[in-house]
Amino acid sequence: MIDREQVLHVARLARLRLSEEEIEHLTGELSSILDHIEKIGQLDLAGVEPTSHVVALENVLRPDEPVPSLPRETALGQAPDTDGVGFRVPSPGA
Amino acid sequence: MSSVLDLTAAQAAERVRAGELSASELWQTYRDRAAADELNAFLWVADEAPADVPDGPLGGVPLAVKDLFCTQGIPSAAASRILEGYRPPYTATAVERLTAAGAPMLGKTNMDEFAMGSSNENSGFGAVANPWDRGRVPGGSSGGSAAAVAAGLAPWAIGTDTGGSIRQPAALCGIVGLKPTYGSISRYGMIAFASSLDQAGPLTRDVTDAALLLRHMVGRDPHDSTSTGHPEEVQLPSAERLDGVRFGVPPELTGDGLEPGVREVFDATLKQIEELGGTVTEVALPHSGHAISAYYVIAPAEASANLARFDGVRYGRRAGNGDLLSLYEQTREEGFGPEVKRRIMLGTYALSSGYYDAYYGSAQRVRTKIADDFRAAFESVDVIVTPTSPTVAFELGERTADPLAMYLSDVLTVPMSLAGIPAISIPGGLADGLPVGIQLAGPAFSENKILDAAYALERSSGFDGSPARG
Repeated sequence: MIDREQVLHVARLARLRLSEEEIEHLTGELSSILDHIEKIGQLDLAGVEPTSHVVALENVLRPDEPVPSLPRETALGQAPDTDGVGFRVPSPGA
Repeated sequence: MSSVLDLTAAQAAERVRAGELSASELWQTYRDRAAADELNAFLWVADEAPADVPDGPLGGVPLAVKDLFCTQGIPSAAASRILEGYRPPYTATAVERLTAAGAPMLGKTNMDEFAMGSSNENSGFGAVANPWDRGRVPGGSSGGSAAAVAAGLAPWAIGTDTGGSIRQPAALCGIVGLKPTYGSISRYGMIAFASSLDQAGPLTRDVTDAALLLRHMVGRDPHDSTSTGHPEEVQLPSAERLDGVRFGVPPELTGDGLEPGVREVFDATLKQIEELGGTVTEVALPHSGHAISAYYVIAPAEASANLARFDGVRYGRRAGNGDLLSLYEQTREEGFGPEVKRRIMLGTYALSSGYYDAYYGSAQRVRTKIADDFRAAFESVDVIVTPTSPTVAFELGERTADPLAMYLSDVLTVPMSLAGIPAISIPGGLADGLPVGIQLAGPAFSENKILDAAYALERSSGFDGSPARG
């Protein structure tokens, strides 16, 4: 189960603004999905190693050779707002 | 003489290379069909063939590319409004390799937004119709690629598969879809959904076409440190018989949940396997019943982190004119569709303080158990066979009101994704006029083996996909 307060808390963590309708829907939907997911709690998983990666790889290294990066104007080319040198955003404190 | 449209992609490539078919005629035929698309399978179609396509083994046969792949200077939005109009400054490695091998890009195909969905109804740019019945879904998330190939709007296509997003739409549209072993193909330039699961692969008219595309997609890439390439070259399949091949049927995935029509086609396939000399035995996958639960923790958790990058700062949509926080929140509110928000919420919750071990930690342990189940099974069988989807293509709108019912559409494909192993879906037959997919899975890097088995079955089933091409 998940309640309205938890939905609002998680939305804040995820930087999502939700409408009243979305909050209401999500509270019910997430609860039913979590009920299903919680069935894994019935399994005895003591001593089982968690999988973080399915293919065994270790220390994938490459030579440390400098290569050109994207030109600045290309990197800025898709930005909603720039000052020509960097991405421009409103003040975090405004 | 058969029309260009009747040729498989491999046949068309061969004719072009032999000088019997002009690449520009081939291009024009498909470009005209793609441009007249009534299924909403394409989000973007090229005006003309790129001028600089190398003369390669893929013979100039045009390729449809899922909108999830970044393509330089060409709209790439993963079917999300948050990336509407985005033109990436670089091209995904998988696409680059195929272009270099001689397959020019025909267009970008529709999909569920950020590959989150099993019906293509979660696209920010409208649903896609199934060419077998336009009132039904093509499956998802690579629904546009599957519908385009099935309808003959594209000779072949590529998609991506996180929990079934190549195999399930291939099944619902009556074509072939292959999810390779995790790591075979570079993920560089694929807009990330769940990084530990995402894998590119072909959607094609037949098994030979899938092998041919796969051969030119695999390879290690310095831009993706998780890419491994393939230990052996991908071969074009040639098996006519299945003598000595041991097939395993997991009862956990082939029980009550199957529609009667799907079961009939599946049972007929098992009979064909035996007629071709293969053996069929039961094999246990005891934890596969928990795969959906583990998947719907792991995939949304990874997605919630990956989608944090869409914040209205560096690319894509920006909304809001207050402070930085409200810019983030309003951009994401307006830009993301309901399913993407749901998954971000689910993933953020699963990773949040106090819940991490109960959800994400447990899910990763279940993932280990599922992979162990497959390892144990492959000690006694060579190939695991199941239907690809428990049902045929469902009606548009049928599952949109119930997210959990939609998630359960992936019940037969998610276990292989969690284990990172290769699996192919091939058409097995029709049930009530709609295609039924058969899934063959093998151990990691056994693509040549499952392609051969799929090829032998394809020949014996004699499936005819031409009705969908109109």
